[in-house]
Amino acid sequence: MRMSGAKALVESLEKERVEVIFGLPGGAIMPVYDVLLDSKVRHILVRHEQSAAHMADGYARASRKTGVCMATSGPGATNLITGIATAHLDSSPIVAITGQVSTSQIGLDAFQEADMIGIASPVTKYSFQPRRVEDIPVTVKKAFHIASTGRPGPVLIDLPKDIQMDSAEVEFPMKVEVRGYRTDYKPDPEKIGLAAEILANSERPLILAGGGVILSDASEELQKVAETILAPVATSLMGKGSIPEDHPLSIGIIGMHGSKEANRLIYEADTLLAVGCRFSDRTTGKLDEFCPASKVIHIDIDPAEIGKNRCVDLAIISDAKMALEALYRALTKTLTEKKDTAWSRKLKEMKETNNVKTENSGRDLTPPKILKELRRVLPPEAIVTTEVGQNQMWASLYFKVLKPRTFITSGGFGCMGYGFPASIGAKTAIPNVPVVDVAGDGSFMMTENSLATSVTENIPVTVIILNNRMLGMVAQWQRLFYNRRYSAVSLGDVPDFQKLAEAYGAEGLRIGSVEEFSRAVKESLKSEVTTVIDVPIDPEENVLPMVPAGYSLKDVIG
Amino acid sequence: MPKTFIISALVEHKPGVLYKVSNMFWRRGFNIESVAIGTAEQEDLARMTITIKGEEKDAEQLVSQLEKLIDVLKAARLDPQKAVIRELALIKLNASDPKIRSDIFHYVEVFRGRIVDVSPTSAIVEIVGSKDKIDAFINLTRDFGLMEVARTGETALIRGPESVRIDV
Repeated sequence: MRMSGAKALVESLEKERVEVIFGLPGGAIMPVYDVLLDSKVRHILVRHEQSAAHMADGYARASRKTGVCMATSGPGATNLITGIATAHLDSSPIVAITGQVSTSQIGLDAFQEADMIGIASPVTKYSFQPRRVEDIPVTVKKAFHIASTGRPGPVLIDLPKDIQMDSAEVEFPMKVEVRGYRTDYKPDPEKIGLAAEILANSERPLILAGGGVILSDASEELQKVAETILAPVATSLMGKGSIPEDHPLSIGIIGMHGSKEANRLIYEADTLLAVGCRFSDRTTGKLDEFCPASKVIHIDIDPAEIGKNRCVDLAIISDAKMALEALYRALTKTLTEKKDTAWSRKLKEMKETNNVKTENSGRDLTPPKILKELRRVLPPEAIVTTEVGQNQMWASLYFKVLKPRTFITSGGFGCMGYGFPASIGAKTAIPNVPVVDVAGDGSFMMTENSLATSVTENIPVTVIILNNRMLGMVAQWQRLFYNRRYSAVSLGDVPDFQKLAEAYGAEGLRIGSVEEFSRAVKESLKSEVTTVIDVPIDPEENVLPMVPAGYSLKDVIG
Repeated sequence: MPKTFIISALVEHKPGVLYKVSNMFWRRGFNIESVAIGTAEQEDLARMTITIKGEEKDAEQLVSQLEKLIDVLKAARLDPQKAVIRELALIKLNASDPKIRSDIFHYVEVFRGRIVDVSPTSAIVEIVGSKDKIDAFINLTRDFGLMEVARTGETALIRGPESVRIDV
């Protein structure tokens, strides 16, 4: 069939069952936008390209589909980079499409030219620049294949303008093969047997579940393995939700702002089963002193993660779901049922003592109270996104996640401004569940212009701003480690978030008590328009417990 | 103690691949000693021989990171004992003094090199061999008029039937 490059691109996207594109047009991508007018693919117009990438990312994480974002060349494309890098570090499948100047102008520093392949390479799983119309369908097919399989990640398609406008006979492939790309990692039965043996014989096993468990939909298998060997399950921030956090074996997240249970028990564990996690510095603390007494079994789909940060005793390169399934089968074959062990009793006691402690800070509106209340009023399937900083760590400590893919946060890149656009992306993917962004005032201001998108595109979400008029996490570090020398952290009382929301046609509320908060959230869930709930909190409030950077997990403050 | 590792990588022979490979080394903090690249047994593939200085534990990670790149089809560490390793150097020497000129001719013979260009004042010598051999020749001639050196970096293949290749 003879068609233009732009048409070939849009038809290819339709064949990949793309339903929505988040983007912003410009000179070098106009031929594609012209074709989009006649397509059934929905386009959601953003106000800044960074948000387009975050929306595609939130869409992907909530739905298991691949998110798509689009921008023009040069500044449009480079504005996407922060969002692409965010998706890269959290292994989120997105395809980013950027316009490029015409092939005859590439390399001449033309108007709005940027070397996108060069810029994007370190933060994408792969990047393409098709130079012929005929290559577009196969490129798109490969891009979606690479983005969504194996360890998922962002893929860039940089398309020169003349290639969008040229015409040629094109064919749409049914499937593609990418030489040099492997995804067929299956668990080695021998190693699974060995792992089962080690775990069955261990007295104090502990499981560390990472984002890979959620990506491979392995939560059920994870839970079955944990219950069989009675192992407490800690998660990394990215793994939060891989086990229901009200499960008796769940001990919350581990690491810099991990739970006391998780950070303490890891020191006593004799075997660590790490699944789909990469032992990041925020998870392990000082690496030399991380789980010093345990044998480490590491399951990961990315061979390059083995031994990158932590040496392991047994590595199983595999999709997490397949490996856990096999491990469960092997365990049930050999293991007589464990009913109660000294280790599981210890866990139980620990949790009970911790539960007895009630916060009694005297103040009403504390972040822990707000987040616990939020859990109470939200249904289990509600999706919570977060910004980055104190708000994120409070949410990870106090908001119990009950289902996988319902907690969406920028873990690896720690990207402020992520949560709000990601919430819009998630709501676009799953419109019938409530979506709430837990924000800080600093983060929200980075992408608050997405309110315009949310309102005009009719994608209502709830934004809860834990407003301390501060860049709170930096202020906390300055308080704790810089002798209270506050440098450039005060944001003042601007803007008035209630009025800001109203200016965009959203609803703005300011609340003064937990009861008001509760009511506001419930109302917002019924509202047909985005609601911004401004929650003033004490600027001196710290996120505790915490482990200072570079210290070992047992050096907990608070 | 940092050691030297030799890695043979079979890569797609297309624009941007060298950039992606070298960028990965830079980003992961590995120091490249030398890279030699040329077309491999198949026209659309190139073989890169990369010499790296690093710790023993780095070597395995490095191969994994290389193989993770989609444009890298295969990568493996070569055991120097079981590989043929060669480097080519072109060395321009000042040869205006007749005495030095005859010395050069003598040394080239000892090192089994070749004189590939001569002018009234200079000579270009070609030496093929191990990195050490070339280093030795350069050190020897440094004092009497070393003008210019161009080296290819080490290139290598495993001895015997074993190989780093893909089947078509």
